[in-house]
Amino acid sequence: MIGPGKAFDTNEYFIICSNIIGGCKGSTGPASVNPATGKPYGLSFPVVTIKDIVSAQKHLIDHLGIKKLLSVAGGSIGGMQVLKWSILFPEAVRSAIVIATNTGHTAQQIAFHEVGRQAIMSDPSWNNGDYYSKTNPSNGIALARMVGHITYMSAESMDDKFGRKLIDKERVGFDFSQDFQVEGYLKYRGDSFVQRFDANSYLYITKAADYFNLAEKKSLVEVFKDTAEYFLVLTFTSDWLYPTHQIKDMIKALKVNDVDVTSCEINSSYGHDSFLIECEEQASLVKNFLKKVRAEKRGRS
Amino acid sequence: MIERLDYKVITDLVASGARVLDLGCGDGELLALLRDRKQTRGMGIELDEKAIYACVEKGLTVVHGDIDHELADYADQRFDYVILYESLQQVLHPEKVILEALRVGRKVIVGIPNFCQLYARYQICFRGKVPVTNELPYQWYDTPNLRFLSLKDFRLFCRKRHITIAREIAITKNAHVTFFPNVFANIGIFLLSKEQR
Repeated sequence: MIGPGKAFDTNEYFIICSNIIGGCKGSTGPASVNPATGKPYGLSFPVVTIKDIVSAQKHLIDHLGIKKLLSVAGGSIGGMQVLKWSILFPEAVRSAIVIATNTGHTAQQIAFHEVGRQAIMSDPSWNNGDYYSKTNPSNGIALARMVGHITYMSAESMDDKFGRKLIDKERVGFDFSQDFQVEGYLKYRGDSFVQRFDANSYLYITKAADYFNLAEKKSLVEVFKDTAEYFLVLTFTSDWLYPTHQIKDMIKALKVNDVDVTSCEINSSYGHDSFLIECEEQASLVKNFLKKVRAEKRGRS
Repeated sequence: MIERLDYKVITDLVASGARVLDLGCGDGELLALLRDRKQTRGMGIELDEKAIYACVEKGLTVVHGDIDHELADYADQRFDYVILYESLQQVLHPEKVILEALRVGRKVIVGIPNFCQLYARYQICFRGKVPVTNELPYQWYDTPNLRFLSLKDFRLFCRKRHITIAREIAITKNAHVTFFPNVFANIGIFLLSKEQR
């Protein structure tokens, strides 16, 4: 999606890509060292919201001296950040690209996150978040990732990929060892996640998503009264985690408020993962949308 | 490229700089033409996913959805023109859609294929077959069309619902029809408004 000639064409645009606070890959999070104690924050790190995450990104933009972004784009929890950007700093966002997300987490979305969090917190090694100099709660985080991964796929994509195929054996073992390829795949996904992700960050980030609810105090129509000028809203047919119908109310709010909104439900069988996999259609929409936003900007100035 | 007469007729009906909503805009050819010729601020509603890509490629604004459901969100008189070109016969509730179009648009342009054109009449009367024509190219088993009407049927509908027909332009693929349009025209294009006569 990002690179020379691609949807986010680095020959045309400056691309800013920052990590989120609470994360574990570059920004400050629970695994970072607290300068006051010389030890990792762990659970003493404050709980963060999507608003906090976006406000931190705004500081970055201010630091870079940028008054207005051509576009803010993101999928899933990234899409939540886009929505927050568009209503928190409408004067700084010309267009918003909102992919496979929701304006507020539903009970089902919270429920799956909670299973993941419980998996981590019930791992004895988690130790109330204080494990950095001890044993990593690998089982917990791997299990959380396994659950998460199921929600990112569709029944169809799982069947296509694995069906009932067995792992290097002729018949099932009747012994609770791993029989099916889908079991091995989830285990592999879980284990590889352990290497690159901090368990506490998983807790903080999933909570931030669960707390996200734009329509908490006001209707979406009121929320989107003052927002970015252009919206591109993308969903995927097989994404049951963030289905199209959930974002319809937001599209309606944008229409009511006379915001220039383009939407597309892209046909794909890969479930929520589609926005990471299904690149061609998505890339074409993003590329042409950005081209339009940029051209109309030139036209007016 | 030879210009499409139907698009020319519609483009001539639209005032410069107008706000236009095209219901069932397809690949956006008409919206793009209106933008380029009449500097309209246009947007479309379209059900077909592939058509959405074509619209966005043309730099158009389009919502992926069903005409029967998407209109309710717009404020009264939000558009100068609402266009229903060759899409009215495919909607589930045409009456509701026309009335909604007249609510959100100050004027409505409706284009319909004439089901009672001479060749269609010939096929029914002398060949005993449901007509298949250039404008109605489908067989009974694969047609997306839910409604079959003539120019006269549409006029009668408008009279009954107190809708003013400000202009009626009957055409074939490449010529205007003034002589018995309900018999000789393939397409009828109507400019509607809500005001009483």
